[in-house]
Amino acid sequence: MHMADALVSPVVGGTMWLAACGLIGHSVRRIEASAKDHLVPLMGVLGAFVFTAQMINFTIPGTGSSGHLGGGLLLAALLGPHAALLVIASVLTVQALFFADGGLLALGCNIVNLGFFPACVAYPWVYRVIARGRYGPMRGSVAALAASVLGLQLGALSVVVQTQASGIAELPFGPFAALMLPIHLAIGVVEGCVTAAVVAFVARARPEVLPAADAGPARSLRPVVAALLIAAVLTGGLLSGWASSHPDGLEWAIARVSGAEEAPAAPGTWHARLSAAQERTAVMPDYAFRQAPRDARTDGSDGASAEPATAKPADSSALPLGTSVAGVVGGAVTLLVISCLGFVFGKRPRAV
Amino acid sequence: MAFRMAVERWLDVARMDGLARQDTPVHRIDARAQAVTTLLFIGVVMSFARDELSALTPFFIYPVAVMSAGRIPAASLLRKLAVAMPFAVAVGLLNPVFDTRPALAVGALNVSSGWLSFLSIVMRCLLTVSAALLLVACTGMPRLCEGLVRLGVPRVFAVQLLFLYRYLFLLADEGRRMTHGIALRSPGARGVRFRVYVSLVGHLLLRAMARAERIYHAMQARGFDGNMRPQFASPMRLADPLFVGGWALFFAVARVWNLAEALGVLLMKGVG
Repeated sequence: MHMADALVSPVVGGTMWLAACGLIGHSVRRIEASAKDHLVPLMGVLGAFVFTAQMINFTIPGTGSSGHLGGGLLLAALLGPHAALLVIASVLTVQALFFADGGLLALGCNIVNLGFFPACVAYPWVYRVIARGRYGPMRGSVAALAASVLGLQLGALSVVVQTQASGIAELPFGPFAALMLPIHLAIGVVEGCVTAAVVAFVARARPEVLPAADAGPARSLRPVVAALLIAAVLTGGLLSGWASSHPDGLEWAIARVSGAEEAPAAPGTWHARLSAAQERTAVMPDYAFRQAPRDARTDGSDGASAEPATAKPADSSALPLGTSVAGVVGGAVTLLVISCLGFVFGKRPRAV
Repeated sequence: MAFRMAVERWLDVARMDGLARQDTPVHRIDARAQAVTTLLFIGVVMSFARDELSALTPFFIYPVAVMSAGRIPAASLLRKLAVAMPFAVAVGLLNPVFDTRPALAVGALNVSSGWLSFLSIVMRCLLTVSAALLLVACTGMPRLCEGLVRLGVPRVFAVQLLFLYRYLFLLADEGRRMTHGIALRSPGARGVRFRVYVSLVGHLLLRAMARAERIYHAMQARGFDGNMRPQFASPMRLADPLFVGGWALFFAVARVWNLAEALGVLLMKGVG
């Protein structure tokens, strides 16, 4: 999910550059203050390791696609957040300069999306809190899964926001987010599994390189898992509920262009016939169950005025249950289609 | 096959490293001057309005000039460009779908502003990506890092960036041997089983860490104090500020006036 130069406006790119410079400067000061000289060669070699590890793929059972290590969270677990941020930043720099992944203007965006969120948000606030220096199969997996999913979701959301703020791509916010977030949910799960497994491997082979366990007795993992599950369900339900109360991005774009909420199709044209057929055949037209009456929108283009509608408890019809279901189903179908595509295009052995 | 592509990318890095060691007029320009000019170029190119096309065309002069003066083969640059394009193209391809306002009529053909902005995205992608690739092909990582430190990039960051680059080649060789072994033992497979993968990557990681430790001890024995020794410190030549100033002037002129359109008007007048 590298941002490309061609999609970033100078204002957004420059702002993100400033943010990235601040992050790098802060990390550099922290590392210089810690006076760990040996860290610098270790950082460089681990950066090279991330590149090399990406050459090796593993098959994801049941899907026919393959995955590899992303590395952000693993670096944070091995080096700590500050050193990890620097390593990710330099990996991204090399990628931008040699492989044309991303670009120089988008480098700041990429450092924030792929470095800051995994290393400075997900690692200290999720991974370290859950793992507490213990890397057993259960605890390590839960910590790595939660942290990498969070880190990648934040990063993907940030890509969408930056694209939107740049305004070069016409892609509306809603559909782009609906595309990016489920994809990165899947990537986050894979990344979490790999990170947990590799950290567990290192913990068995050379436990001294990982941060040691906290002194206190190990707290039970059950409340953590329960809290995570509840949080996942709540965010899924609330976010899609909230998103649906805003006019859909595509409709909004059309409304902006034509001045009407739905593009009027002249009766009798092929377009009208097609859209009528789509209304009849679609399982979930407009992402809600067909029977559910569409709640009247206050204003076509103003998101702020639509937002309180969901918060009002009196307006019970404003809680779009059907839309939440549609969001979950849509995400699942997306994943399924992508897996099928991976299976179809990936399974065939090439005779070379 | 996925492995083969990864290996191919490594050969490309090595090729870039070789290109950077040439001695041409562009390679003799100070790394700082080249870095500043590249950033200026990208900033100016991206500051154009969304659906600008013709005004962007004069900017192709910069990559083409640097490429030919720096004797960088166009084929290797184009191959990299082809690899880099998909994300921007995929996102940009939706512009014609979402933005169907007619913007331009060529005879009976109406071109929507979505298509214009899509083409503009493709053009920007070509320009910015080629500029970044040319920067490193004309300076090389060690020189570029030294230049960056002299421009104010923190030393720790630059030193470990340089370490990363140095050990990339060593570890990539190791990765190549591993992928080669996998390919020989499981022909036709796209990847290894997860359990095998973890063990492979885990061992690679342990070896890399052991290597980092050996490197550190060896460097300490030779008096490493965390500093880079300047290798390329040459006094600023007259050509360096001229390079930056000349290009900056051109970028400014091409930003303010649409040179391509002016040329078109001139030609039309000549014909008419």
